[in-house]
Amino acid sequence: MKAARVFLAIAVALALQTTLARFIVRGTVAIDLGLVVVVYVALTSGPVAGMLAGAVAGLAQDALSSGIIGIGGLAKTIVGFLTGVVARQFIVARPIPRFVVFVAATLVHAFAFIGLYVLLDLRRFTSPFAAVASQAVGNAVVGVAAFQAVEGLPGALERRRAQRARIRR
Amino acid sequence: MALLDTRKGAGYLFFAVVLGQVILISTQVNTRVGVPILETVVFGAFAEVQRVVSLGVSGVRRTWNGYVGLRRVSAENEDLKRQLARLQVELQQQRALGDRTRGLERLLDLRDHTSLSMTAAEIIAAGATPDFRTVTLDKGTRHGLRANMAVISPQGVVGRIVVASLQAAKVQLLIDRNAAAGAIIARSRAQGIVVGEGSDQLRLEYVSEVADIATGDVVMTSGIDGIFPKGFIIGRVDAVERNGGAYGRILVRPGVDFRMLEEVLVVLTPPGERGSSEESRE
Repeated sequence: MKAARVFLAIAVALALQTTLARFIVRGTVAIDLGLVVVVYVALTSGPVAGMLAGAVAGLAQDALSSGIIGIGGLAKTIVGFLTGVVARQFIVARPIPRFVVFVAATLVHAFAFIGLYVLLDLRRFTSPFAAVASQAVGNAVVGVAAFQAVEGLPGALERRRAQRARIRR
Repeated sequence: MALLDTRKGAGYLFFAVVLGQVILISTQVNTRVGVPILETVVFGAFAEVQRVVSLGVSGVRRTWNGYVGLRRVSAENEDLKRQLARLQVELQQQRALGDRTRGLERLLDLRDHTSLSMTAAEIIAAGATPDFRTVTLDKGTRHGLRANMAVISPQGVVGRIVVASLQAAKVQLLIDRNAAAGAIIARSRAQGIVVGEGSDQLRLEYVSEVADIATGDVVMTSGIDGIFPKGFIIGRVDAVERNGGAYGRILVRPGVDFRMLEEVLVVLTPPGERGSSEESRE
């Protein structure tokens, strides 16, 4: 059941990335929603789930892009595993630590992804620092917002229901 | 102890997943001929999902534009009427000019130019990751689209098809880091290669140091790459940097605003049959 939810989250992230992003900021958005889902899964479910989510999301993104299949998958697998290990070792339950984890995960992902492409001499990346930095901040903002929404929504609904019941009485 | 075992298991699993992907990468890097089958299959399947999502989103947009956005229609209508009147006058002038040109062509016994065969396609999705600049079209091999066909728009060159499934095609935009096109400066006829930077700008490379290039020059396709037809606008020279005598960095602003693209044209005419139409554009 949990695996199905993770697959669904990855599929939704990819669909949003490829379809809705085009209408919101016309396709040049510097946010990797696939990576956001991977980090989210790793933080909530640990290294194994994070790693498998990373492999699936990365391979799917590779297949949909025009690059080598496996490079994005490998980068996201590493990020998912490491984030899961960090989540097991430290308490990452408040917005600021989560923000830091999302930023760090994006940097590790960029290092692995760009590093592999450069190492294999498949692509040139002329000064990618600004793009990576903006993507790190973008991913962190979206990731922290997703956590707040998922954790805050049930409470908010419960409060609203209780308020309605009080008014009826 | 159980926790330790779980960690050990996770470590082995991590190693296995990483190894699997390293093998996957190495097979593609060593024997990469054409497009990998896995890429074609996954792309074809996901393109259908993208098509459905795009249909839903387009439906919402059409509803919004058709019913909610009616407030602007009246003013827009008046504006369009004025534009139509102006264009009708211009059309008459152009028609007169066309008649005169045809007469001159006949006079000079010029051959009849054929035009490029094109098909219009709609963009249904953007790239799956910000690291690759690609878009997905709603037409595929069923509509005659093939890999390496040029994709253009009225503003200029858009990119080339890299993967075509039955009902969809993936286009590598000219601004992608792996994209390149043969280029020529319209004013001085200096030649070079335009390459993508992954950002919203292009770089002109392999330019002779004696070439005459200035900011504002129009950059067009040279046709040398065998993909893009000759004479289409790529963009304008945005900045020229020199290192001593040689050109250091020449930045080109694309003619196409890639953030606003919704519809494109795919050139169906193979490179070998383009000669006469390219001459006509020249």
